[in-house]
Amino acid sequence: MKPLKVVAVSAGLSQPSSTRLLADRLADAVRRRLAEEREVEVRVVELRDLATDIAKNLVTGFPGPALREAIEAVTEADGLIAVTPIFTASYSGLFKSFFDVIEDDKLIGKPVLIAATGGTARHSLALEHALRPMFVYLRSIVVPTSVYAASEDWGGGGDSRTDGLAVRIDRAAGELADLMVHRSPAAPAADEVVVPFAEQLAALRP
Amino acid sequence: MITMQFGIFTVGDVTTDPTTGRTPSEHERIKAMVTIALKAEEVGLDVFATGEHHNPPFVPSSPTTMLGYIAARTKRLILSTATTLITTNDPVKIAEDFAMLQHLADGRVDLMMGRGNTGPVYPWFGQDIRQGINLAIENYALLHQLWRQDVVDWEGRFRTPLQGFTSTPRPLDGVPPFVWHGSIRSPEIAEQAAYYGDGFFANNIFWPKEHYIRLINLYRQRYAHYGHGTPEQAIVGLGGQVFMRKNSQDAVREFRPYFDNAPVYGHGPSLEDFTEQTPLTVGSPQEVIDRTLTFRESFGDYQRQLFLMDHAGLPLKTVLEQLDILGEEVVPVLRKEFALGRPSNVPDAPTHESLIARRDAEQADPVASTS
Repeated sequence: MKPLKVVAVSAGLSQPSSTRLLADRLADAVRRRLAEEREVEVRVVELRDLATDIAKNLVTGFPGPALREAIEAVTEADGLIAVTPIFTASYSGLFKSFFDVIEDDKLIGKPVLIAATGGTARHSLALEHALRPMFVYLRSIVVPTSVYAASEDWGGGGDSRTDGLAVRIDRAAGELADLMVHRSPAAPAADEVVVPFAEQLAALRP
Repeated sequence: MITMQFGIFTVGDVTTDPTTGRTPSEHERIKAMVTIALKAEEVGLDVFATGEHHNPPFVPSSPTTMLGYIAARTKRLILSTATTLITTNDPVKIAEDFAMLQHLADGRVDLMMGRGNTGPVYPWFGQDIRQGINLAIENYALLHQLWRQDVVDWEGRFRTPLQGFTSTPRPLDGVPPFVWHGSIRSPEIAEQAAYYGDGFFANNIFWPKEHYIRLINLYRQRYAHYGHGTPEQAIVGLGGQVFMRKNSQDAVREFRPYFDNAPVYGHGPSLEDFTEQTPLTVGSPQEVIDRTLTFRESFGDYQRQLFLMDHAGLPLKTVLEQLDILGEEVVPVLRKEFALGRPSNVPDAPTHESLIARRDAEQADPVASTS
């Protein structure tokens, strides 16, 4: 059986970045979950490295070679982990721009785990009011657990009413792994679909 | 008979010259477009095609007016469009305007259908952009009929019905102008061109060639499917974009500020990246020749090559110099090279005369001449 492909998109800007750290931990957790059943290939796409390519694509309407390769990895993945820092109450502009330059029918049915980082847990619902609707628009399948890591989560963080970061990572990874295993393999990309001209014309008859 | 046609197409943009800060007036730009067209004939090019736009900073809102004027001042040049908006123009008016132009120019006319990508033009002309493809299909079906049937009864979804309507003047010699269909991304338009056995034009400017190869291959396959000939016999036109000086480095140095500030792709990728990733060529005439010859490898033998030469604020004097180089040093070599190894069953570029000959052949033997 072919290995399952997990692609983690990280929109973190600093180096090292806690967004990347969260992406790595989520990808590891998914790999562990699937270890007994399937081999897993993990690929991390760092949007920082593609920032100017993404801007150029916005201007010209087509991706340069490195960005095209990254987009192909994302659209061909069996599971996608999408992690962004929360800026100004939402996903970062770079994160949104990356998904803006992917054709909007390319992520249909894609299992997606959404995650975010931020300075304070007060911004955690940005995952639910910004990232989740975006992927719903793209008709991806977003797992129920989204993972938000505030600064304090990297220490003892959390409180008596919430699971700690490690538990949330594991739960979300389990949900994504389940979806990936049970998803039927993507159909090979169809050649250009043509509606025969006579049908197009007939559909317009008054 | 010309195997392959070479020419220029213009958007008709009024753009500030980034090196001087000077912006031509609309009057200057319109006159410059005419000068450029006359120069095209003078240097031995075959085709001049103008865009159609209905918003600033573009001037060519009335293509047949401009082309009629150029027709009167030229002898040989084929006058065309890039593109005629089949979505927002009344197909009846297109039929009339271009048939009139065809008579005035003694048959030196063809045209390229396009949908137009400026959102507000649709509502300005009472249409809905979401119906773009459907408008292109229905309007062209009517145009096609108006040029081939003397009295038309017609009812459609987008236009008021016609009863007993005759579009005048009738096409010259009973042969309608050749039609190209231009599309940047829509397989439906490749399919439409194939269905009618019309030409398909890929603008081949903004994006990597792989994108256009997909559309042209689709068009070629469907052209054969509809029985107009083999895929290799489909009628293909390509755009291209070049800037030349004797020395490659001089071309790059001179063109860079225009590229960096160009309305479409300026302030984006570097000139180097863009020339590598798209068909834009900036360099010596030989480099332009070499690059253009690769188009045949990518797209198959084709019939028409148009170059975009007069945009991004380039001054008229520079454009005329470019046309001199194109006509004297580049196109003669391209004609010779493209003719080498071109299979004999690949059709020559369509002209009024070739369309008459084909019509006569079909009438003499309707079965034998399907292509």
